[in-house]
Amino acid sequence: MLALERIHLTYNPGTVREMGLFRDFSLDVPQGQYLSVVGSNGSGKTSMLNLLCGSLMPDAGRVLMAGKDITGQSEHVRARNIGRIHQNPAMGSCAGMSILENLALSGSKQKKMNLLPAVDRKQVARYKEMLAPLGLGLENMLEARAGNLSGGQRQALALIMAAMTPISCLILDEHTAALDPKTADTIMHLTDSLIHEKGITAIMVTHNLRYALDYGNRIVMMHQGQIVLDESDENKQALRLEKVLGLFNEISVECGN
Amino acid sequence: MQILSSFALALPSAVEQGLLYAVMALGVMITYLVLDFPDLTVDGSFPLGAVVSARLILAGTNPLLAMAASALAGALAGLVTGLIHVKLKVRDLFSGIIVMTALYSINLRLAGDSALLSLPRTSITLLRNNPVADILPRGYSTLIIALFAVFAVKVLLDLFFKTRAGFLLRAAGDNPQMVTALARDKGQVKILGLMIANALVALSGGLVAQEQRMFEISMGTGAMVLSLASVILGVNLLGKIEKMSVTLKVIIGAVLYKISVAFAIACGLKPGDLKVVTAALFLLILAAGLFPKGGKKHAGP
Repeated sequence: MLALERIHLTYNPGTVREMGLFRDFSLDVPQGQYLSVVGSNGSGKTSMLNLLCGSLMPDAGRVLMAGKDITGQSEHVRARNIGRIHQNPAMGSCAGMSILENLALSGSKQKKMNLLPAVDRKQVARYKEMLAPLGLGLENMLEARAGNLSGGQRQALALIMAAMTPISCLILDEHTAALDPKTADTIMHLTDSLIHEKGITAIMVTHNLRYALDYGNRIVMMHQGQIVLDESDENKQALRLEKVLGLFNEISVECGN
Repeated sequence: MQILSSFALALPSAVEQGLLYAVMALGVMITYLVLDFPDLTVDGSFPLGAVVSARLILAGTNPLLAMAASALAGALAGLVTGLIHVKLKVRDLFSGIIVMTALYSINLRLAGDSALLSLPRTSITLLRNNPVADILPRGYSTLIIALFAVFAVKVLLDLFFKTRAGFLLRAAGDNPQMVTALARDKGQVKILGLMIANALVALSGGLVAQEQRMFEISMGTGAMVLSLASVILGVNLLGKIEKMSVTLKVIIGAVLYKISVAFAIACGLKPGDLKVVTAALFLLILAAGLFPKGGKKHAGP
């Protein structure tokens, strides 16, 4: 579904801060796969997501979606098919707009930018149905400004908004890292059910090895722009936390973390 | 006592002026509060609107058509600023300065290479010598028409902010990443905002030209700061009143600003001193931290 093909990427080329990150990096994520990506800081996880979403352009190589070359496509065009959830819950909605207005905003994603009323009151019942299963009480506070919500509430809203219109891929960029453990569990549970319910291809970058093992059907560990572990399905299920942690510590020591 | 009596004399005209300038403040509200874009085009698009209206009125055009032409010219100016910023990736402040500078020459050309255009007393404008102004009570017709014009703009703007396009504009100022996530080009939304804002600014210029029956090449100097001062005054002074829309706060801010100017003149200041007063007031508000940084807090009405 999403693929990086023979990617080369160097930061600050020609300066003293030059840093080659990817050399001939390839990754193929088939349709319907739920991939967890782990790795130390600076291993290239977020750069990889940025390449897929189009907020970063490779020096060489191709980015593919459903077999089509999208390397030159801008970020907002790719966003028609790709939803992205950021580490900072504030990135996924508009602080100054109410929950209702935010939902209406993302509901209009594939529609024309015109002078029709943005909020359709007939949709309110549908919005409440979408929010009620979260168990966060959002359905009873549609008029509240998104900026007044807690981090967990806001991240849940971001997830609902991203998956409201049909998308084929969901990119999760350490999306539980800013939340307390209990809220993080709730958000992970919600993420998992959304992905399965809608049959979305998902790529999740996380620092939580437990989540990486518990969720998804493939795990990849990255180190200095390379894949050092790649297991799917039964092989992934057979992986033990201790083994992954051991490998992670090994590479972390190597790069001085 | 003399100060008070001359202030009382100047008050009605100050309110009228405030209402006409409020349309410009509403435009600046869009760029600065909603889009978080410091748009200096304003100093050029305000006199642009004025010269377009003045020329058309002199040629005997219907004043309403002249207003529409002013707004259109302003929208074009906003479009150019937007294209320079978005397509050529020039910084926001510089994009506005470039267009503002170019507009000085363009306005001069439009005025027929003259720094001053006067309309005769008999000319038909939106505020005088027309059937509506004739049936309104004498002495109050300008005030009533100005009130009507400003509130028409306010209501239309409030409605616009509830449309899909209006939502995108609010989102662009609130969280630009959201616009990208909604599969829209952030640049296009910014350009749209700049066009609407400068259309309002030029509309205000047209209204002022029709009211004062003149265009003067330097009438736009300090327009941006004057509008920002109005926006700040309104939003800060009336910030606590949650039920009041931001657009109404901005209108009241513009009127209050003009009233304070009238008071300063009544106290003996010369009109030429006013820019330094505006600058000092503006600095005071910024230095005191009364103004929210960026447009986050007040995105949309």
